[in-house]
Amino acid sequence: MKIHEYQAKELLRRFGVPTPIGHQATSVDEAVAGAEKLGQLPVVVKAQIHAGGRGKGGGVKVVKTIDEVRQSADAMLGMMLKTHQTGPEGQKVRRLLVEQGVAIRQELYAGLVLDRASKRVVVMASSEGGMDIEEVAAATPEKIHRVTVNPTVGLLPYQIRQLWFAMGLDTSLVRKVTQLFLGLYRAFIETDASIVEINPLIITDSGDLFALDAKMNFDSNALYRQKTVLEYRDLDEEDEKEIEASKYDLSYISLEGNIGCMVNGAGLAMATMDIIKHVGGAPANFLDVGGGANEEKVQAAFEIILRDPAVKAVFVNIFGGIMKCDVIAAGVIGAARKLDLKLPVVVRLAGTNVELGKKMLEDSGLSLTSANDMLDGAKKVVELAAARK
Amino acid sequence: MAIYVNKDTKVLVQGITGSAGSFHAGQMLEYGTQVVAGCTPGKGGQTFAERVPIFDTVAQARETTGCNATVIYVPPPFCADAILEALDAEIELIVVITEGVPVLDMVKVNEVYQSSKSRIIGPNCPGVITPGACKIGIMPGHIHRSGNIGVVSRSGTLTYEAVGQLTELGIGQSTCVGIGGDPVNGTSHLEVLEAFNADPDTHGVIMIGEIGGTAEEEAADYIKREMKKPVAGFIAGTTAPPGKRMGHAGAIISGGEGSATDKIAALEAAGVRVAPTPAELGTTLKEAMASS
Repeated sequence: MKIHEYQAKELLRRFGVPTPIGHQATSVDEAVAGAEKLGQLPVVVKAQIHAGGRGKGGGVKVVKTIDEVRQSADAMLGMMLKTHQTGPEGQKVRRLLVEQGVAIRQELYAGLVLDRASKRVVVMASSEGGMDIEEVAAATPEKIHRVTVNPTVGLLPYQIRQLWFAMGLDTSLVRKVTQLFLGLYRAFIETDASIVEINPLIITDSGDLFALDAKMNFDSNALYRQKTVLEYRDLDEEDEKEIEASKYDLSYISLEGNIGCMVNGAGLAMATMDIIKHVGGAPANFLDVGGGANEEKVQAAFEIILRDPAVKAVFVNIFGGIMKCDVIAAGVIGAARKLDLKLPVVVRLAGTNVELGKKMLEDSGLSLTSANDMLDGAKKVVELAAARK
Repeated sequence: MAIYVNKDTKVLVQGITGSAGSFHAGQMLEYGTQVVAGCTPGKGGQTFAERVPIFDTVAQARETTGCNATVIYVPPPFCADAILEALDAEIELIVVITEGVPVLDMVKVNEVYQSSKSRIIGPNCPGVITPGACKIGIMPGHIHRSGNIGVVSRSGTLTYEAVGQLTELGIGQSTCVGIGGDPVNGTSHLEVLEAFNADPDTHGVIMIGEIGGTAEEEAADYIKREMKKPVAGFIAGTTAPPGKRMGHAGAIISGGEGSATDKIAALEAAGVRVAPTPAELGTTLKEAMASS
């Protein structure tokens, strides 16, 4: 799960991480009031969307007068902000952060992330702040320093000093930077974060350290014990169909194509998307109905798939293991009848009672096409979708 | 012989009185697995299916029944505790079926695991089966057939897909291992390959990977250096967009790492025959065996 920059900063301040003072705003008047409350100029007006690269897309403005605050807030609110992370149509700006401007001496990078290879949290730092860290990693990997944290003892001050001295920075700031990194680590662990990224982490002219930007993502498996984090969830930023799917415990992700997919199991669902592409089609979604694909779940899955107007045909690919194919067939038939399904549907069943399941589909009188295997099903559904264009 | 489990494996079921635990304990008994004990705190002294004694603690179960494997169906909030309890009781094989365990819980479990002698498989996995001898987990037993092909995969249903295709072609399996779809898990692809390589009953291997992480690349490196047996592979997620979690917590392309293209290239460079589509897992293995 993702949260906004202003929320991440609010969270990090609770762990003693210094950030500039700022106020969030959902209207021009609130933005102006926020700037006036800061009582100093310049201020920075920042669009709040769940995507990075906002500066390049016109979502961050440094302004010197209250009039300019009004103008840039007016321009940003409601705009479709396009960044390399939003997709081609962009993401609508509904919130702003109005923040005090600070005089920057140096921009650094700090990041905490789970390292799958060592199975531990790794803390990264670089003197190349303010840039895309992936670019730094590609061009000058020696400028990214990292330490791995033993979870039994946590991040230790000497490790932070190792990072700081490796970057060759002002030694008089060691105490401040130690406090800051210990705060970041505690925030990571105590909120079950999956990423904490401060880019840039800045040293000001007066020798203070501030998290000038903040990005936090969280482990969705741990949200049950993270009430505070859950309160930060902003449904406006999420795909409507993905929200609906999560209510039924379905794992759904929207894609660009026109073939709706309903599959049991994440691996098989990914493989189904791949095979559709392999035979020249394009999947409209990833959808894992999970182990117990009963009629109610199948129906909910169909409803979600059909909400996407781009969908021209649906491919149901189920490997019935413990779940018997006749039960799945009954679910598909029931859902198709209830929803008065008009689109062509190709159903591939495998596993227990497969013959019985196929026969039920054929006898149902519905326009359901039965497939022998995944490849056969993928070919059939791609043909049917192409015929409806 | 096969790997990890055989007809002598004595299995404990942690969470045997829950809905998933009791259902699958029944299925395992039906398959012929030696389920010798169950564990549910507070229900010690009761009996499951009129023949399996239930204990309050894993240590008691171990001491009384001599179980050398455990399968965990405990809900996510309590799962790390259940794994740690099994590690403490020195159960040799710990199979974790539970889906949705917080990653940082597994980071802590891993520290204890590293200094133990046990083997963890999972979490978020279908389990492990040596057809005709021992089934530990949630896979449908009847699709398997005893034979000489090892199967290792991160995904459950995709494993069934591979097994189904093999069985249809008349090719049996030595052992099938689902290592799970989470970013921090116990046994890796590489470790399973090492075990298959050393197992005289395994003559060839199907390895199914997916996007995210670099475990498949590490496995490819091992295959190139050490593997004496033909390997057929498949990587799911060629069409997955970066930054989106594809159902499995581990299946996410991030920071330019973990793409299917890179993994397929690494496997092919190691001499693995990669199936062009998931419908051709069985036939690709057959080709790999024929050309070796």
